[in-house]
Amino acid sequence: MNSVILVTVSRLLTGLLLVFSVFLLLRGHNLPGGGFAGGLVAASAFVLHALANGFPSARRLLGVPPRLLIGFGLAVAILGGVAGMLAGRPFLTGLWDKTPLPVIGKLGTPLLFDAGVYFTVFGVVCLIVFSLGEEGEED
Amino acid sequence: MNAVTFAILTPLVAATLCMLTLRSGVAQRLFGVGGMAVLLLVAVRLMSEVADGSVLVVRFGDWPAPFGIVLVGDLLSGIMVLVSAIIGLAVAVYSLADIDARRERFGYYTFLHFMMLGVCGSFLTGDIFNMFVWFEVMLISSFVLMSLGGERPQMEGAVKYVTLNLISSSLFLAACGILYGQTGTLNMADLAVRSREYMRPELLTMTAMLFLVAFGLKAAMFPLFFWLPASYHTPPVAVSAVFAGLLTKVGVYALIRTFTLIFTNDVVFTHGLLLGLAGATMIAGVLGAMIQFDFRRLLSFHIVSQIGYMVLGLALFTPLAVAATVFYIFHHIVVKANLFLISGITARYGGTFDLKKLGGFYAALPLLALLFFIPAMSLGGIPPLSGFFAKFGIVKAGLAGDTVFGGWAVVLAVVALAVGLLTLFSMTKIWAEVFWKAPTEGHVPHGGAIPAGEKFLLFAPVAALAALTLAISFFPQYFFDFAARAAEQLLHPETYIKAVLEPVP
Repeated sequence: MNSVILVTVSRLLTGLLLVFSVFLLLRGHNLPGGGFAGGLVAASAFVLHALANGFPSARRLLGVPPRLLIGFGLAVAILGGVAGMLAGRPFLTGLWDKTPLPVIGKLGTPLLFDAGVYFTVFGVVCLIVFSLGEEGEED
Repeated sequence: MNAVTFAILTPLVAATLCMLTLRSGVAQRLFGVGGMAVLLLVAVRLMSEVADGSVLVVRFGDWPAPFGIVLVGDLLSGIMVLVSAIIGLAVAVYSLADIDARRERFGYYTFLHFMMLGVCGSFLTGDIFNMFVWFEVMLISSFVLMSLGGERPQMEGAVKYVTLNLISSSLFLAACGILYGQTGTLNMADLAVRSREYMRPELLTMTAMLFLVAFGLKAAMFPLFFWLPASYHTPPVAVSAVFAGLLTKVGVYALIRTFTLIFTNDVVFTHGLLLGLAGATMIAGVLGAMIQFDFRRLLSFHIVSQIGYMVLGLALFTPLAVAATVFYIFHHIVVKANLFLISGITARYGGTFDLKKLGGFYAALPLLALLFFIPAMSLGGIPPLSGFFAKFGIVKAGLAGDTVFGGWAVVLAVVALAVGLLTLFSMTKIWAEVFWKAPTEGHVPHGGAIPAGEKFLLFAPVAALAALTLAISFFPQYFFDFAARAAEQLLHPETYIKAVLEPVP
């Protein structure tokens, strides 16, 4: 697709969507949002870029293969779960830091788990959309 | 900190490591096989922890039951996880020689471990909705394994497999919804208590029927078994072996768990229905197998028939019958996965799965003939092999006369005997066609057709599983003792319920 309008808008929106996705991730523990929604929004930033500038450009912008994002996300999520076990509590037990921080609120292992979900969903959606899109371009 | 958590964590970590190293064949194989080996150690550890009859409970996130999700390890779960880990390791080793580099690169080992995650999760969860989630983890991974490679017959099989299993999942979900709507809980131990208090008996029975259809479809029970022989012969042999060993048995496990813990308010009706379906499943499976001449299709029909025996034991609902079912599952998983692995070896040598074209293996590969003979005769129920003791237990329980079904139990025991005879007929058919018959043009087996390294990887798991079958055969008392104690726990679920609902100190 060669649309000047879309290319220009996507340049602005890609960054904005990524920031918004992190915002969703951070507020997700007690308010609507979270890793899943954040990951979807983050992926949509790259999908928008791909629609405007083509899939090779989107892959370059992403920098890492989506499958590594999935693996990384899973690893982070597991860490978030195992942290509770290291403290002698059952798997997935949430450990919280008591000191409140500006913007984020509180730091804790559920946030780590949520970040894992974020990267996994991000990677999965990118992988699916890129695979399907590139299939279409070959025809 | 007990082994229950690690039985979930090990396949998850292994799958993640495989995912991160997707481009390196060596790492894939290392994590693929290594993960299964660790899982086996964890399963042995789990078994040693539950062997004394204690019920282990892990509360995820430290939320107390029935509000949070619990994992529960009792004897039945321990036995199922152990046998799954054994098959997982055997298949992973076999895969080293059976799975091509392309499938490896597209994440074969990743999804194998995700499937094991779903299988172990289903066996260990104490929450009915969580069981649905584990079922999905297992099914989605199995969809990928089934269609990975994208060959035309694979796709045809996968479409049937996926469609039917999705229908089953939606019924499962609907049934969970009804239970939750009526009782306000999803914890299985809590359901066992509250369904008696809050649900009208006929509504509980109706929900039981929904679960029966959902689990029966996954277990390939009559009349919803046709997807299994239509799909299991299409993927690579290692995949069909692990499917044949484990997936339908997860359905059987779910039936056993729910129909001993929750749905026991009207045993004459619910278990009577199971009794009839078990008989039909046995007969339909074995008759289907008789006309088959594709090695794996024939074995697939036998899975169906054997599922009938397991369900029959559950339906009879006496301590001996349920113990025989648990013993049967253990014996069957080992034997059936092994037969599939052997079918792969004969196909490598003979170049086909067609029984009519294969031949001459007894002369060319006497060791393989011996390795086939053990599980095949065991499946046919020839003493002193493990299948004999399994069938003996079921038939004896049917003839014992202490069931609530009276004469019908005896009828089904006779059916079981007759089906056993027909199973033997099928096994001798394979024996006569593949091993005794003179080889046909173009399919002559040569002992040197496979390089020595690959040959070892193909034969070692087969030999190990055959040795395990022999161990069960020669020391049945030892294995039956575990099964009997598992049955005791299942038929007296008070310990289970108490362990789960006990307030956290």
